[in-house]
Amino acid sequence: MIRVLVTDAAIDVAGELDALERAGGGAVASFTGLVREDSGVEELFLEHYPDATEKALRDLAVEAMQRWSLAAATVIHRVGAMKPGERIVFVGTASAHRAAALEACAFLIDRLKTDAPFWKRETRGQGARWVGERDSDRDAADRWKR
Amino acid sequence: MATIDLLYFAWVRESIGIGHERATLPAEIADVAGLIDWLAARGGGYAEALGDKTRLRAAVDQVFVPLDASIVGAREIALFPPVTGG
Repeated sequence: MIRVLVTDAAIDVAGELDALERAGGGAVASFTGLVREDSGVEELFLEHYPDATEKALRDLAVEAMQRWSLAAATVIHRVGAMKPGERIVFVGTASAHRAAALEACAFLIDRLKTDAPFWKRETRGQGARWVGERDSDRDAADRWKR
Repeated sequence: MATIDLLYFAWVRESIGIGHERATLPAEIADVAGLIDWLAARGGGYAEALGDKTRLRAAVDQVFVPLDASIVGAREIALFPPVTGG
C-alpha cells in the first residue's frame, strides 16, 4: 500500500500512523520534519513543481516498497506558507520487522531531500531568503546508492 | 524550430519575473546548457538567473537531467536551483 500526498493542509500524524499500523506488518517506523523554531525564522514557504512532485514521491515510495519488501509506505509533504513548529514532511513505513521499516524510512527522507522538486524560502524580519543546497544532504542521499 | 513550455522555480522564477512561458527554440539548440545560454543572452533577469550554470538544475518532461542532456523532442523544460525540500 502506497500513500503519497502533497498538501497545503496540516499533516495528521496520528491518523497516518494508525493507517500504517493497519497495513498488516509487525513494525511501523516514521519520520516527521518540522519548521525549526531557531534562528528567528517567522515563516517558511515551500514551493514545488506541481506536475512532477507527486510522481517523484511515488517513485521513491515504489523503490522503498520493493527494496525492503514493505507492507506500506506513506510520504506526505506540505507546500505553501508554514509557521515554526508546524510539520513540513511525514514519512512512514510498515514491514514485518523493525530493520526494514527503520532503514526504508531513512532512505525515503534522505532521498526525498535531493530527488523531489521542493524549494524552501525563509522569511525573517528584514526579508526572504531561498535556502541553499547542503552537502550533508547530498552525502546522506548518496549512501543509499547501490 | 520547436515550441516548448519553459518553467522556472524559486529564485530562478523570481529573477526572471515569470514562472511559465512558451518559446520557439532555434533548431541548433540541442541540450539544456544550450537552452540556458540562449535564454541568458536575453539579458536582464534572464542573465541574472541563468548566468552561472553551476547554480542550476533542470528537468526535461518532468525528469531530472544533467545540463548536457538532450532537449530534442522535449515538450516541457524546467530550470531551477538545487532542491531543498524535506
